Amino acid sequence: MQDARKIRVLIAKPGLDSHDRGAKVVARALRDAGMEVIYTGLRQTPEQIAETALQEDVDVIGLSILSGAHKTIFPRIMELLKKQGLTDVMVFAGGIIPEEDVSEMKKLGIKEIFGPGTTTEEIIQYVMHNLPKRD
Amino acid sequence: MYDQKKMDELKKERVRWEQTTLPNWTKQCSERKREFRNTSNMPIKRLYTPEDVEEIDYVRDLGFPGEYPFLRGVHATMYRGRFWTMRQFSGFGTAEQTNKRFKYLLKEGETGLSIAFDYPTIMGYDSDHPMGKGEVGICGVAISSLKDMQALLDGIPLDKVTTSMTINGPAAMLLAMYVAVGDKQGVSREKLGGTTQNDNLKEYFAQKLCIYPPKSSVKLTTDIIEYCSRHLPKWNPISISGYHIREAGANALQELAFTIYDGISYVESTLQRGLRVDDFAHRLSFFFASHNDFFEEIAKFRAARRLWAKLMKERFHAKNPRSMWMRMHVQTSGCTLTAQQPLNNITRTTIQALAAVLGGTQSLHTNSFDEALALPSEEAVRVALRTQQIIAHESGATNTIDPVAGSYYIEALTNEMEQKAMEYIQRIDDLGGAIAAIEKGFFQKEIVDSSYKYQKEIDEKKRTIVGVNDYQIQKEKYPIKLLRVDPNVEKEQVASLQKLRKTRDNRKAEETLGKLQHSAEKDENLMPAIIEAIKAYATLGEICYVLRKVYGEYKELIII
Repeated sequence: MQDARKIRVLIAKPGLDSHDRGAKVVARALRDAGMEVIYTGLRQTPEQIAETALQEDVDVIGLSILSGAHKTIFPRIMELLKKQGLTDVMVFAGGIIPEEDVSEMKKLGIKEIFGPGTTTEEIIQYVMHNLPKRD
Repeated sequence: MYDQKKMDELKKERVRWEQTTLPNWTKQCSERKREFRNTSNMPIKRLYTPEDVEEIDYVRDLGFPGEYPFLRGVHATMYRGRFWTMRQFSGFGTAEQTNKRFKYLLKEGETGLSIAFDYPTIMGYDSDHPMGKGEVGICGVAISSLKDMQALLDGIPLDKVTTSMTINGPAAMLLAMYVAVGDKQGVSREKLGGTTQNDNLKEYFAQKLCIYPPKSSVKLTTDIIEYCSRHLPKWNPISISGYHIREAGANALQELAFTIYDGISYVESTLQRGLRVDDFAHRLSFFFASHNDFFEEIAKFRAARRLWAKLMKERFHAKNPRSMWMRMHVQTSGCTLTAQQPLNNITRTTIQALAAVLGGTQSLHTNSFDEALALPSEEAVRVALRTQQIIAHESGATNTIDPVAGSYYIEALTNEMEQKAMEYIQRIDDLGGAIAAIEKGFFQKEIVDSSYKYQKEIDEKKRTIVGVNDYQIQKEKYPIKLLRVDPNVEKEQVASLQKLRKTRDNRKAEETLGKLQHSAEKDENLMPAIIEAIKAYATLGEICYVLRKVYGEYKELIII
């Protein structure tokens, strides 16, 4: 049985860029859909993201990046999550991530990449249907 | 503007039309929506007539171009005399790579430079700082020291080309580098022309690339305004920016009101230095976005000009008409570009650019069609520049001054924009000014609410975005070739920086940094000390670190 607790989502914004419009819209949409959303603000280091995910016991992490540094930053985040034993957390990402980088990002364990033009409803549905099972 | 008898006649005729002709049509075909609104949530009427502009007194409210209240333009000849400056924001990779792009753009007919810096530079970090890993040269050009700036401007005559720099927290350092390159080229400081964005207030609620806490940042902004008024008479020390406010999600009205309020704040902070308003106000410049709603944008630009003129005259008692000029740069709106069917962005950009021209801008950047996907390719940036050239030379829109004036709709909307912006200004005054409003999260909340509303409208298809929520193509292929920044840039840049640290006179660099710290602790104008440090090849990161120690770092107030 899915426990009664709300789905806990960390919306994290790694990289130096400050385009948080999308991250905030997604955070608010997930919150309005009944999830518990933690948004930690701009320029989070991979270490901070992994630490918050652990401390907040989240089910899902949404990463948003528009600076083009995803190829450097995402592998580091995924590595740290693994180190923390957070392999059951579902990670998705959004922002400006070129088509040709998507498969490389997915190989890291990122479940889905949402590009520009994605509706908030698509993200909500995706999270609900791909939620990791908890013990 | 009209005599009473004619107005009464018009009213009677309008009522008659609404009761006879109109119902015959709406019976057959009802209107597309129950109500029409622009992005600022203002209801748009079915029809505008002289009734809507009845109160206008032409001489008082519109006047003549080049004269108060400057609604019709700041120059008396406008584009009949000279087109706006075509200035394409660009920068990527190393200084050498961007220098090449600059020369390409100048060759293609661009008339001014505009530098995009990478994120580490914008945040005041050197290219080898751990926070900048993976970001060096990616979203702009990496500039860590005077050496990079020399390479960036190599072969570009600073007495002939004006340069705009999108830089805020470290604006003083980049301006110091520009001055130093000018000195090396033998260009006198009186001749250096250009703009530093240097609008730190909007960083806290819009662009969000803040280094120091608000008060210290405004101090730095004011240092530049003060320094330029004394030493760089042709430099625009600040570009008070609504663009980022809009891109962060604000609507047109909020963009207008918050930008003007920031302008008020900088006038106040500079007056506190003992300068007189007419000593510096003529060099303040503005920067707005041009979004999709064509008439709303035109009205916004026109309202901005009149409102600023009135504020300068009435609130700050400026005497020199030039102090009342709102000179503006406009950029077409990046957030309206779609990744889907990217060629459609050329059309969007054209409409937005035309609105800026009809709004009377002095300078314009047109976005490239591929910018929802990557930094622009050479082809895409050429099409963007050509769009401006077509408007300038082929459209005829530039043959007369302020051609949309007198449109019942435009003038009514211009009035409404101005009035509603004044109401916001009053509210922010009541909150205790811009910094107090930032600390209370006022701007932040206003902007996130607007951005969420806008996205919801798209998601619920109340707002059609062609190619995104309607008229989509399944399984779209991108035939366009995107620009990828060479992945070796970071390595090269770090090596060059480390070489600089080994070869410069380190004692001298440290000495100038010590002087800067002392100057900051004594709360002096920091421009002279920063210029000295830059000339000693102290790096951007080292200089910003000194100020980080003195002022502390800003901690974001998170509002979703």
